[in-house]
Amino acid sequence: MVREGGFPPGTGAMLGRTALIPSSLSHYVKRPERRSKPGSVHKDDKEKNSRDNEPGDAAMRKLYLGVDVGSVSTNLVLMDGSGTVVADVYLLTRGRPIQAIQEGIRLLAAQGWDDAQVAGAGTTGSGRLLAGVIVGADVIKNEITAHAVAALEMVPDVRTVLEIGGQDSKIIIIRDGVVVDFAMNTVCAAGTGSFLDRQAARLNIPIEEFGALALKSNSPVRIAGRCAVFAESDMIHKQQVGYPVEDIVRGLCEALVRNYLNNVAKGKEILPPVVFQGGVACNVGMKRAFEEALGVEVMVPPYATVMGAIGAAILAKEATGATGRTRFRGFQVASVRYDTESFECEHCPNGCEIVCIKMEGQLLARWGSRCGRWDTVPEEQPVRREASG
Amino acid sequence: MKVTFPHMGYLWIPVSALLRKLGLDVVVPPPITRRTLSLGVQHAPEFACFPLKLNLGNFMEAYERGADTIIMAGGVGPCRFGYYAQVQQEILWDLGYKMKMVVLEPPKGHWWGLWKRIRWLIGERSVRDLWRALGFAWHKFVALDAIERAACWARPRAAAPRDVRRAVETAVRWVHEAETADQVREAREEGVSLVRSHAVRSLRDPLKVGIVGEIYTLLEPFANYRLEEKLGALGVEVDRSLYLSDWIRAHVVLDALRVSGEHEVKQAAQPYAPHFVGGHGQDTVGRTVLYARHGFDGVIQVMPFTCMPEIVAQSILPRVAHDYGIAVLTLIVDEHSADAGIQTRLEAFVDLLRRRRSKKKHDAVARAQAGK
Repeated sequence: MVREGGFPPGTGAMLGRTALIPSSLSHYVKRPERRSKPGSVHKDDKEKNSRDNEPGDAAMRKLYLGVDVGSVSTNLVLMDGSGTVVADVYLLTRGRPIQAIQEGIRLLAAQGWDDAQVAGAGTTGSGRLLAGVIVGADVIKNEITAHAVAALEMVPDVRTVLEIGGQDSKIIIIRDGVVVDFAMNTVCAAGTGSFLDRQAARLNIPIEEFGALALKSNSPVRIAGRCAVFAESDMIHKQQVGYPVEDIVRGLCEALVRNYLNNVAKGKEILPPVVFQGGVACNVGMKRAFEEALGVEVMVPPYATVMGAIGAAILAKEATGATGRTRFRGFQVASVRYDTESFECEHCPNGCEIVCIKMEGQLLARWGSRCGRWDTVPEEQPVRREASG
Repeated sequence: MKVTFPHMGYLWIPVSALLRKLGLDVVVPPPITRRTLSLGVQHAPEFACFPLKLNLGNFMEAYERGADTIIMAGGVGPCRFGYYAQVQQEILWDLGYKMKMVVLEPPKGHWWGLWKRIRWLIGERSVRDLWRALGFAWHKFVALDAIERAACWARPRAAAPRDVRRAVETAVRWVHEAETADQVREAREEGVSLVRSHAVRSLRDPLKVGIVGEIYTLLEPFANYRLEEKLGALGVEVDRSLYLSDWIRAHVVLDALRVSGEHEVKQAAQPYAPHFVGGHGQDTVGRTVLYARHGFDGVIQVMPFTCMPEIVAQSILPRVAHDYGIAVLTLIVDEHSADAGIQTRLEAFVDLLRRRRSKKKHDAVARAQAGK
């Protein structure tokens, strides 16, 4: 694993604690469309690429594709063998993961990466199995491992990873470069990205200004953060009695951090360096609230929103390292026709809904039964040596 | 009178054998499915635990098949299970299900009351008949546990997880169909070797995970989302801390004789949970310590949402994990749990164990080299 020189200059990506904080801020300020314009690739990626990562240069380099299909967003990255991210795409999943994956691949191709040599592909996130079948993945990994691997790449001595995504939040405890403990939210989704989105929309504040607004507050209002529903009614109450919006927003960030620390991080020993990643890490108000609650500096790495995909790309590199072979189907997957069908199995009263994934009318994979009756393991595809687009 | 009882893993096989030997008309509830769960969830209080809801569903489905009498276990101590029979009875009556509930409390309660109920159930049968039937059921308990143990061993070594599942289904059917003690023994031997025959890969040193926690979620695969099969498919050799026969041996037989069968477990739990906290809370702590001492890579605690004894244990386990350097994962299950979420946590846990182990090996090599 490459530990340094991970990112091209100009993206503000430097390793080390002091460099990361301002870079993360500038990263956030520079690319607000990351969260605001779902479905669009960041326009300034092209700028960045034109400086350091011309697709043309990379044509001869081996690249690794990482795909993270989450509940809310679908992220793709292309990483070279030295760990440099050469392209990244952030899209909203919108309940249509296959389309989101294809759109992501199409956007990478449109940037000129389609004749790059992809030496490995990895998928992660709740849609990892589907994504793995669609793109032809060499490794399909859970998001906890993927996030830990990516955090270790960015900050090799990291000891705590806080990750808050669209619908789940997790804490990963790392000691001496190895994950020793983790937890995910189980029965409560308060404090995740979806809830923040909703509150921002309700207050009519663009989500990307939400965090900055919290920083303007000098006296946060205490909001009940145990449950998203109660937090919302408490916020409305505080609004109605006349507290300024920024104080409420900051109070909300603090409440969510409290909730996270009491529920997800309960009983875990949080030691610095602390890395904060996932979509919510872009929220400077949340970052500040974590720093105040923990009393330590919290780092938001560059590419904080696509860390899962970066982890998947790193794992793809590890998985293909020994053989030099990949199952990646190539960039044409963007234009292949995928269909899904489902039916209810009538074998027992479980009534499992079986899903079939078809590529150009041919059955690719089938799953969804509790008993394994219908499951077909994706057929071993003929492995091509050094497949490229 | 048509008798039914709740499901818990393969409990139905020995229990139905026992009741049939006693000449009772038995209605085994259909296997737990999503329908069972929806029936239970619809009519049970929301914050009652998962087992109550599933059992209520069992009773309702058994009623549809003609059952009119329920044999239900009771309990003593802080676990809410102690009054579940009464709660379920009330719910069923409110719904107009005309079912009689016979509650068998463990012998710690009142001997006389227990005997009166058993007498009522077995009617004219003699004590000797009862004793014989119990012995026959006991053989089945032992046989089923042996098959389940063989499955835990075979799963990580099998070519496909489905093979083992099918073999277990077949072996369990043999045990169910056995009519005499000799046939049960035969079914056990053949069943175990059938299951073990699917271990086609040799593993030198597989990851080992112990499973602890609340008894119902430990024993009922529907309630724990087929935890053992999932781990087996990930290449892990599982050791379950509690099997039906162990539990009966330790709690029903030995406790009744005022001998504690789980001395070692209680001893191990002593520094962390010095006294009974209800249910299997203390056992969970003690067993985790024992797994750590036996060199297991990790322990998974499984419990239903809102289970008080296991919540006590959960808050103690981080200390055990810290003191012994063993990884512990807690899984809380109820009708809102999702298969995908459990799968993700298990995969991550297994990754964690693999990386920990390779690091340990690496460190040992480094130490050896430094020592030279």
